Amino acid sequence: MASFLFKNARMVDPVTGLDTEQDLLIVDGTIDKLGPSLSASDSEEIDLKGKTIVPGLCDMHVHFREPGFEHKEDIRSGAASAAAGGFTAVACMPNTDPPIDNASVVAYIYEKAKGLPVDVYPIAAITKERKGEAIAPMVELRKAGAVGFSDDGSPVHNTKVLRIALEYASMFDVPVIQHAEDPHLFTGGSMNESIVSTELGLPPIPRLSEDAVVARDIMFTEYVNGRYHLAHMSTIGAANAVRAAKEKGLHVTAEVAPHHFALTDEAVRSYDSNVKMNPPLRTADDVRAMKEALRDGVADVIATDHAPHAGFEKEVEFVYAPFGIIGLETAVGLSVTELLLEQWLTLPQLIEKLSTNPRRIIGLPELRIEEGQRANLTLLDLAAEWTVDVHRFKSKSRNSPFHGRALTGRAIGIFNNGQLVLAD
Amino acid sequence: MASLHIDHLLGLQNVPKEDITLILDSTDTFLEILDRPIKKVPTLQGKTVVNLFFENSTRTRISFELAERRLSADVVNFAAGSSSVKKGETLLDTARNIEAMKVDIVVMRHSAAGAGHFLSKRCTSRFINAGDGAHEHPTQALLDMCTLRQKHGSLDGLNVCIIGDIAHSRVARSNIYGLLTMGADVAVCGPPSMMPYDLEKLGVRIFHNVDEALQFSDAVNVLRIQLERDAGADFPTLREYNQTFGITRDRLDRLGREVTVLHPGPINRGVEIESEVADGPYSVILPQVTNGVAIRMAVLYLIGTKAE
Repeated sequence: MASFLFKNARMVDPVTGLDTEQDLLIVDGTIDKLGPSLSASDSEEIDLKGKTIVPGLCDMHVHFREPGFEHKEDIRSGAASAAAGGFTAVACMPNTDPPIDNASVVAYIYEKAKGLPVDVYPIAAITKERKGEAIAPMVELRKAGAVGFSDDGSPVHNTKVLRIALEYASMFDVPVIQHAEDPHLFTGGSMNESIVSTELGLPPIPRLSEDAVVARDIMFTEYVNGRYHLAHMSTIGAANAVRAAKEKGLHVTAEVAPHHFALTDEAVRSYDSNVKMNPPLRTADDVRAMKEALRDGVADVIATDHAPHAGFEKEVEFVYAPFGIIGLETAVGLSVTELLLEQWLTLPQLIEKLSTNPRRIIGLPELRIEEGQRANLTLLDLAAEWTVDVHRFKSKSRNSPFHGRALTGRAIGIFNNGQLVLAD
Repeated sequence: MASLHIDHLLGLQNVPKEDITLILDSTDTFLEILDRPIKKVPTLQGKTVVNLFFENSTRTRISFELAERRLSADVVNFAAGSSSVKKGETLLDTARNIEAMKVDIVVMRHSAAGAGHFLSKRCTSRFINAGDGAHEHPTQALLDMCTLRQKHGSLDGLNVCIIGDIAHSRVARSNIYGLLTMGADVAVCGPPSMMPYDLEKLGVRIFHNVDEALQFSDAVNVLRIQLERDAGADFPTLREYNQTFGITRDRLDRLGREVTVLHPGPINRGVEIESEVADGPYSVILPQVTNGVAIRMAVLYLIGTKAE
């Protein structure tokens, strides 16, 4: 029986309220003992003095590109990137080729992820072929293990289809996840509409494109009593709409990506395509609104929207570059630096956004740091000062705007599925 | 002789006043050369210039090419239509291949804003932007400023209004940046649907009434209306545009004083400008074209001979 003894770690669990420095013994993948001064013969002992153990982090929004675009990322490299970033679970989006719109692709992803230290859960498409025209076989997809439904990358724009999707999916305990964008307002855009787009002459994407769709979607969610999750929220308007929906008690949740609280559209002045993503980087006012939304519980989740692209695909003119940046290996550092140290969130609140809440939203079992529970843990060094170097990433891709940025806090390992993965 | 602060001419935003003044002053020298019977000087002898045109252009390309040849540079023309771009080669690969042939100066026109910024960071040649998307067209704005200076003596305190589709205009942006730097009062005029977001933050006045704009102006720069935009894009019809924003003899007569009329060309007669105005006494459209060659000679000379 493999056993691991983590010594002298601060353990923080927002579910149980635990915040103590103690030891933790894992035997055969299960938390066997918690307490001060534990000892166990023939266990691998790791001193974690000054380090922190939290429930395993979960990123409910990643693109692992498999099947179809394995030159950008595949499930194995994506999982390695997740592990390096401190995530024990991810939910991968269905904009693959073929898309995840039938049970066989769901099964394919589970098969590919089998035995990995990171659990990879597929999110299935809302509509067949992600075309936005007719809903996919959701019952079959849910039975096969899909943990949510999204046409991410594209919005469900047809209001009839949106209504049916929200109604039909209300049979499940997992949400419809909307990529909120008005395709008519969006056309050809490549950055946020602001004084910066005006100065740079880049085709703009107005905040209105997100605001209008979120406001509409919330009306539909209320009307059909649906369950709605807003992917990559980025605007003041969307945050206000979600805030109002929550005050009404609707089943509405929202996520924010680290780049939307760590960068503004001023970064686009570089014309560096690694700051091109969708939704685009917004204004400083929006960035502040995202931090407030996280603080106030309007945003439930921090999710990276990890979107790998090969260098040759990104190394082109800004307007022709594909949208998206990778995020798994910078999420903890950005969250600690921008949210924890700046006192927008306490550590338990931060762990809720990175673990408890996303797991609850996509219907995964609750994690607790308690004796008898399966060990699903992330090991953090909240004081580590480091500089982002994309060349050290485990991801196949390098498209991060944070290369060279000094951050505080990083994951130093994960434990899941009986496997300990320590960072380099 | 003074030299430029900038290494490339990618746009006029953030180009210091001394640089713009130096280019405009040097242009006067080259204008004098253009009046000689032999219009050629050996200034760029031994230098190679490639004109990389990824977007159709006749007059800007000819103007650059004339400027290059009159400076005795070796000139290579590259048009996207006849190149490997059609075979799917990336911009970066194209530029690197051309650069590997030892080119000194790249003059580039491209449909993507920032294409020059992108390449200049990855290549060693000097770059001159001949128009990038809706971003900048710096030599056009320089020739406009040169023409205004000839006519009005100084740009300082001059009231200049740019009329047309500001949102999609690189000529407008370069003129706004350059004119503001040189101390002019800048306004724009057109329908609100053709104004880019938060434009007033640049420090320009905005008119939606063309007669009020003319009242303000010592000079107007009338932008070409892209005819292909007519299809329900940002305004209903060319007829309505002409009636509402077109510069007509009648409007100028009612103004009762002289106002200089510029147009970057090619003009759409009867759309943004009436023939009588384009060919009339206040028009400086043809001097603009002449100044264009001299401005490009000045820019090529100053960029091309600047020490590493």
